[in-house]
Amino acid sequence: MWINMGPQHPMTHGLWNLKVRVDGETVVEARPEIGYLHRGVEKIAEVREFHKVVILTDRLCYVSSVTWSHAYCLAVEELMGISDRIPARGRYLRVISNELQRVASHLMWLAAYAPDLGLLTGLLWSLRERELFLDLLQALTGQRMNQNYPRVGGVRNDMPATFARDCEKVIRHFHKKLEEYEDLFERNKTFRMRTEGVGVLSKADGLAWGVTGPNLRASGVDYDLRKLDPYDAYADLKFEPAVEPGGDNLARYLIRIEEMRTSCDLILQAVKRIPEGPYRIKAPRRAEGTAFRRTEDSRGEALFYVAGDGGDRPYRVKIRSPIFCTMSAVPTIMRGEKIADVIGIMGSLDVCVGEMDK
Amino acid sequence: MSGHIVDLFGYSHALMGWLMARAHDAISGIGSGLAGPAPPVADGLSNMGAVLVAPWFITLQTWLIAVTAVIMWCTAVNLLLMMWMERKFYSRLHDRVGIKIGLTSMGFLANIPILGRLFTNFVKRPSHLGTGFLQNVADGVKLVQKENITPAKADRFTFHVAPVLIAVSTLLIFAGIPFSEGFALMKEPNADGLPSNPLGILFILAAFGLAPIGILIGGWSSNNKYTLLGGMRSAAMLLSYEIPLILSIVAVVVLTGSLDPFEIVRQQTQGLGEAMPPLSFLPGSGAAPLYIPNWFFLVQFPAFLVFFIAALAEQERIPFDLPEAEAELVEGWLTEYSGMRFGLVFGFKWLRGLAGSALLVILFLGGWTGPALATPWSIPTDTGTVPILLPPQELWFMLKVYGVFFLWVWISWTFPRVRIDQILNIGWKKLIPLALLAIFLSIALRLFGVYR
Repeated sequence: MWINMGPQHPMTHGLWNLKVRVDGETVVEARPEIGYLHRGVEKIAEVREFHKVVILTDRLCYVSSVTWSHAYCLAVEELMGISDRIPARGRYLRVISNELQRVASHLMWLAAYAPDLGLLTGLLWSLRERELFLDLLQALTGQRMNQNYPRVGGVRNDMPATFARDCEKVIRHFHKKLEEYEDLFERNKTFRMRTEGVGVLSKADGLAWGVTGPNLRASGVDYDLRKLDPYDAYADLKFEPAVEPGGDNLARYLIRIEEMRTSCDLILQAVKRIPEGPYRIKAPRRAEGTAFRRTEDSRGEALFYVAGDGGDRPYRVKIRSPIFCTMSAVPTIMRGEKIADVIGIMGSLDVCVGEMDK
Repeated sequence: MSGHIVDLFGYSHALMGWLMARAHDAISGIGSGLAGPAPPVADGLSNMGAVLVAPWFITLQTWLIAVTAVIMWCTAVNLLLMMWMERKFYSRLHDRVGIKIGLTSMGFLANIPILGRLFTNFVKRPSHLGTGFLQNVADGVKLVQKENITPAKADRFTFHVAPVLIAVSTLLIFAGIPFSEGFALMKEPNADGLPSNPLGILFILAAFGLAPIGILIGGWSSNNKYTLLGGMRSAAMLLSYEIPLILSIVAVVVLTGSLDPFEIVRQQTQGLGEAMPPLSFLPGSGAAPLYIPNWFFLVQFPAFLVFFIAALAEQERIPFDLPEAEAELVEGWLTEYSGMRFGLVFGFKWLRGLAGSALLVILFLGGWTGPALATPWSIPTDTGTVPILLPPQELWFMLKVYGVFFLWVWISWTFPRVRIDQILNIGWKKLIPLALLAIFLSIALRLFGVYR
């Protein structure tokens, strides 16, 4: 029997369809159908000036806007040849905004994952703490979502005077709340029953299907672009990307909780070490040639390939979306699982349809 | 603790007897006041008046009033109260305030021509300042207004019958459940003149077991893949949790030697040492300073545990709400139901919760017994005077019922849902052996004469 999990289904967290063929309650075959949310961002970018594409890339993933615009800006800076002229304060501000956005994104993931398993309390709790990080982002960028903060050549504005103090306060509070989450989730027998050994993605499969980000690190591959191919101020900061060997839902949960801790650490380091000075340079309007830049997005490896023909608009923009690639591994993970676990697995992969369909 | 003042049938009988007598007087008086020969209609009226005071008619009326009283007590009072308590309680677990719609939210009341003056200060206030008690009423009103949609390819008859079957079987449970010695529908005096209902537990279990069949046919007749899966899950769950539930009750039945809820509660009124003479060193044997009542959750802890968990599954609460797992099966077997047909089934889940916790309190937590303060007042009844006790039995019973219900709510909002194969494992591999252990414990206690 084929069951449509989507396009309008509580499982999808967006607009896509997972066709599942079941034998009783066991999944025999799964076929993702995507493209419902295709907005042609790559094509629209070709008719906009380099600096005005930021507003489109913001909307690639509404849960993680800053990281996506940031990746685009890095690629365009590479194209314009101004990468090494970005002021240090701008680099640190980018790290801070990126990591704030990563924590907010992971909390949104946790908020979506908990009710997938029938735990509505988890939704309310993680949204409660996400609000604090959105407040910080709002203080920094002026917006709660679609922040439009990174700029080609730096960031839009400097951070407010009390920002460092606010960050420390929020993070101190958040560490306590993270322990509460652990009580609610991983020390709960039922939660472990639902996640341990479910939806195992092996190391080989993960690498073969191009899975990146937390999902790959949960399969035991130490692959974090912030460490392997450092950009911005990441090379100056001390951190260890979290790696879990399990490859199952529980590992994917643990890795994100651990990443939130790492991100908080990075934010604290960055606000302490941020140098004075300008935060943006004036970037040229026109560019020629090709460039690409990859970053560690909240969901995996985000890659922008930008080509310019000497005009003030990109000739071509190509986006590599991490979830688009992860989706191709879904049929492999799903085979032999129960229907109830389809939701658990898809939830643990952290699907963002906006970036997947571009 | 002997005797009880609230008597559902006594009250209903007295009320209807008085009402019918007044009606009889009024009708038969019509013809007599007239001058001359009585008109033919007066004959008919006086015949009717005679029927009104006939014993069989008053008995019928008494039954109607008693049944209506129990139904209203369960739905209008307890259902709304429990929904409200759950919503407020889990809101606090979520770290939020929860529903706040109350009388103050109804600013339109001030527009009623004359009575509106009573409510004029409502419009000046912010609307969401109430206790939230009216939210569920508002939800019910909304559901009544909605269209009842029957899917074109559904099996119409069974589709319509399923919610009725569930609602009726749920209400049927309360026919067997006593809320106190007097407040019960099924009750008759036994040889000692004490209230009894010899096969009450059996009846309650039979009524409990009907609803999953309703879920199964409701899910199947909707002709929808999600509902079909939900219905099949409920059938699979029925086998895996209904059996341990019944086995755990069998443990208590073997221990007490009775299927009578009144008798089971009566046996729990004695002290722990009193009930088990060989173990008289236990507290509660008269001379001991500390009195511990013989509530069966102490003697029969395994059975209590099994019943507690299985009853959670019985009312489809979250760790075990697989038939309507809303994340995976949209709304499970309820997906195609709409309007009040949905509301009926959805709301009656709380009634099943009430029935489950009432049964648990009767079987394991001493029913309506509890420390009571004697007052100097007493009231005369047919069999003698009955002292007025504070607080009354009903209050103790409802306190315990709501306490158990709160525990269930707490569990269901802090646990994720388990998977279908896991609940089958829990049911067959853990609960049934535990329930069998409880039965052997009961047999041993009886066989070696420990228990009485």
